Amino acid sequence: MSCAADGRCGSGCTHARTVDGARRALLQGAAAMLTTLAAGVMLYAFGAAPAAARRPEEKASAQQRWGLLIDAARCADGCTACVAACQVENGWRDSGRPTDAQWIRKLTVKNPSNGASFSLPMLCQHCADAPCVDVCPTGASFKRVDGIVLVDKHTCIGCRYCMMACPYKARSFIHEPVEDQKPHAPRGKGTVESCTLCVHRVDAGREPACVEACNDTAGGAMLIGDLNDPHSEIAKRVAAYRTTRVRADLGTEPGVYYRNI
Amino acid sequence: MRGARILSATLVALAALAPLAPAVAGEPAWLPKPARGKGEQCVADTAWMRRNHMTALSHQRDATVHEGVRTARFSLKGCIDCHAVAGVGGEPVSFASERHFCRTCHDYAAVRIDCFECHASRPPAATTGGADGPSAAALAHYLRSVER
Repeated sequence: MSCAADGRCGSGCTHARTVDGARRALLQGAAAMLTTLAAGVMLYAFGAAPAAARRPEEKASAQQRWGLLIDAARCADGCTACVAACQVENGWRDSGRPTDAQWIRKLTVKNPSNGASFSLPMLCQHCADAPCVDVCPTGASFKRVDGIVLVDKHTCIGCRYCMMACPYKARSFIHEPVEDQKPHAPRGKGTVESCTLCVHRVDAGREPACVEACNDTAGGAMLIGDLNDPHSEIAKRVAAYRTTRVRADLGTEPGVYYRNI
Repeated sequence: MRGARILSATLVALAALAPLAPAVAGEPAWLPKPARGKGEQCVADTAWMRRNHMTALSHQRDATVHEGVRTARFSLKGCIDCHAVAGVGGEPVSFASERHFCRTCHDYAAVRIDCFECHASRPPAATTGGADGPSAAALAHYLRSVER
């Protein structure tokens, strides 16, 4: 299967990995069974709070590991509710210029040999071993203790090394002056930015804007939660269902899991 | 000589404007008069804030960005919300206006700050957010003009 998850997924992709026939048949059988089982329990009954809100003076905790689970089967081709919600929440927009910032985008992945395709949102994968953090010369690109990868724009010098290092093309450079930013999402010319997992919302115990929009107005394909908490909905589902992490072969340990890709 | 003439002209202009601003007893009339914020008092003593606001903001910014501490007392957002200065039409002015609370003193002290290259310089009310329209161009022009 050809995978264009980031437009340059090559032979190293997990999708292209060959599995011997018998094992594949077994896995497919298992997957079908899981799907059948899932049909009855796919309620996605997920409240508005991924966790109890921390008190404002409380620091983020390393006990937590925020992650996303995205079900491509529920992600409609052509639906951009998550992208629109992110733009409104964080104050970026697509004005058609090639230099526009892009925190989240919709991708359609197609198998050219049989025409089968699916759609998925691509955003910062909040890797545990993030290449952007490794290469940053100033320490501006960093991973918070709860797994959210951010840019400290006070220290970012705009070298864009992280943009080159990211296998998911998740980061953008701001080329134009910006004004009237959202107070919770400062962004300015000469710095790099990417999805923050709506850290201001997560800190307040709320869902990211994309997750909220998808659940409210679209297919309910996105789920946020604490991967470290075995009782969280996301941890249960990641344990129960077959999930994929994009370019898992690179060993970046993304915090974003996909189903049905 | 020319410099002295400009200086004296400026002083004359300031003296002419001085009656417009209420003079605080004991303070020279030519000192900047930043607009009063909302509410009864600032988050700390005014004299302390004048001397230490930058340290408080800098400390708070690291705690917020890196550790997720979101206390309200020294948040820049709080300063901006409280010290908004209404401009023409009642909308709060941005940092491009010399009436902006921060600029009142920073212009006088010739201390250049770059907070507002990334942070919003006015409360979000009645603004679309993230726009890069004419007002962004005005702000960019001002920021360029004060570059070293």
